[in-house]
Amino acid sequence: MKMKCIALAVAATISASAQAQVSDNVVKIGVLTDMSGAYSDLSGLGAVEATKMAVEDFKAKEKPAFAVELISADHQNKGDLSSNKAREWFDREKVDVVTELVTTSTALAVMKVAKEKNKLALISGAASTRITNEDCNDVTVHWTYDTYAVANGTAKAVVQQGGKSWFFITADYAFGHSLEKDSSGVVLANGGKVLGTVRHPFPGSDFSSFLLKAQSSGAQVIGLANAGTDTMNSIKQAAEFGVTPKQSLAGLLMFITDIHALGLKSTQNMYLTEGFYWDLNDETRAWSKRYFDRQKKMPTMIQAGMYSAVTHYLKAVKAVNSDDTQKVMAQMKKTPVNDFFAKNGKIRDDGRMVHDMYLMHVKKPDESKYAWDYYRVKQTIPAAEAFQPLSASRCPLIKKTAS
Amino acid sequence: MTDFFGIPLPALFGQLVLGLVNGCFYAVLSLGLAVIFGMLNIINFAHGALYMVGAMLAWLILEYLGLGYWWSLLLAPLGVGLIGILIERLLLRWLYQLDHLYGLLLTFGLALMVEGLFRDLYGVAGLPYAIPDELSGAIGLGFMFLPKYRAWVIFASLAVCLGTWFAIEKTRLGAYLRAATENPKLTQAFGINVPLMVMLTYGFGVGLAGLAGVLAAPTTQVGPLMGSNLIITVFAVVVIGGMGSILGSVLTGLGLGLIEGLTKVFYPEASATVVFIIMAIVLMVRPTGLFGREK
Repeated sequence: MKMKCIALAVAATISASAQAQVSDNVVKIGVLTDMSGAYSDLSGLGAVEATKMAVEDFKAKEKPAFAVELISADHQNKGDLSSNKAREWFDREKVDVVTELVTTSTALAVMKVAKEKNKLALISGAASTRITNEDCNDVTVHWTYDTYAVANGTAKAVVQQGGKSWFFITADYAFGHSLEKDSSGVVLANGGKVLGTVRHPFPGSDFSSFLLKAQSSGAQVIGLANAGTDTMNSIKQAAEFGVTPKQSLAGLLMFITDIHALGLKSTQNMYLTEGFYWDLNDETRAWSKRYFDRQKKMPTMIQAGMYSAVTHYLKAVKAVNSDDTQKVMAQMKKTPVNDFFAKNGKIRDDGRMVHDMYLMHVKKPDESKYAWDYYRVKQTIPAAEAFQPLSASRCPLIKKTAS
Repeated sequence: MTDFFGIPLPALFGQLVLGLVNGCFYAVLSLGLAVIFGMLNIINFAHGALYMVGAMLAWLILEYLGLGYWWSLLLAPLGVGLIGILIERLLLRWLYQLDHLYGLLLTFGLALMVEGLFRDLYGVAGLPYAIPDELSGAIGLGFMFLPKYRAWVIFASLAVCLGTWFAIEKTRLGAYLRAATENPKLTQAFGINVPLMVMLTYGFGVGLAGLAGVLAAPTTQVGPLMGSNLIITVFAVVVIGGMGSILGSVLTGLGLGLIEGLTKVFYPEASATVVFIIMAIVLMVRPTGLFGREK
């Protein structure tokens, strides 16, 4: 049904504007994400739905002279599968931008293909700072958050509350390593110390061995440098083994869907850093309510970020009246991002979209007044502090302009 | 303090106990697989999905019927067994004359469908299932702090494995079962209802998977992917133990749990692969598995 609507819109707009310079007069967006695996709740169909909302709103408000099409696929969190799909989409489906890309390995794989084909990669779900550092390129934008931003918020807050000694339980792949590295950097910089680290295979189901190691290390804080079901099982089993509340847990990357699935009883009082929360202000509530009506869940920052990123992209295409990658990218970087997701967000030359982040404190069960009322905003971290400063950048694009 | 390769002994004992807990799950799951393979010659790839269904049923029973853990421990395996009987009657029985591959493909397809169904209904983040009040808290063992629930898992699993082994090896019913495995035609000629036995065996085998699911529910998030994360390891356990060997699968399950626990002490990164390394070595030396016999 939706596809039919899109097809009709295509037909209608093709006749309307022969003069536009958008190739074939169609802008095609490919959402490549985890539809079935460990990250499908925090991204998945919700991310596709948010993209659909962005496309619908853009068409209704901006009345573009070109058509916008949307396709999506499941990358199963596999790098090779992602790069094959991206290649197929760019070559055969005439896709202009591949977007979402949760799981760092898939994002890194698709960025390479995008660079080779001179097309855009718009990343919302992947976390590693490698995307805008060692592996940065000029066709990628990293939109919602990264491991530096979440580590910086959470680890700093916990150290400042007196949690000086840390032990990390880390998912053994690019993302986990990146999160651990960024977090321990923050811990050390704020006067804390790291007593040890254990790396677990991804995905895991039994974390008791790792928790026991963390327990015997005597660290005050156990940093969970993992995500999704791994984090949830770690938290659940920590309570079972009596690790908490003697030692406290810091979920370095958690999403509202994780809190929802675990319940407030086992997550209360945790600190976490988010790029978005549905209940921040009237604007976020209005958009999130529309999303909720379609998905029956509140959006994660990844899903909300998708709407913001795709809308910004489409506006840029309309402004330059072209889908040429470099022209669109220049326009996107030139224009500040202002919507319900970000205020005065800015895309830097390393591809990082910088915007305010929020340090959240998870409410106690009796403080939660209505459905999905989970966080208290402890601190708004201004964009300038939230992300890694360009002076520390390891991205070659930045070094070139600096020297 | 006494050390073992630089690891303090208490810490080592602690990890071994945890390894034993995981080994118990492997043992109950691979026992079910071994019973099914021995009797039906079916490589039951739906086992992981039915383990997940067992855990989901426990959650559903609590959510919609208000019945707690102990009821689930009884009802969920029965429910999964019933589903198994339907699968056997409606689908599997048509495949006994064909190559193993067909049974494998059918059950694999079923597993994907069942997981897809639950994913669609509940998402992957999973649902919380609390430890029953009677078993919350912990026992101090001197060298570690063992949650009572994990101790219960060890006890319950070993009891089930021992009971199953006894029923198959030492009772009259078990003797019929073994006879039907050796020579179904002759056993049928003696007036024993072999198709009925086959049906009940499959129901019992997957019921064990359901039971393991209920046992696992309070220790992890109950979600559609919990089975597929585990089942590949369990298959490796069965291959190492020898396809169809009851005692072999139980002992191998426990042993590999311990080895995995040790790996987590010395080189945690390899803890997900160590079982497969052992499998490769065992297959090179003994292609029928440690306890398997040539047919």
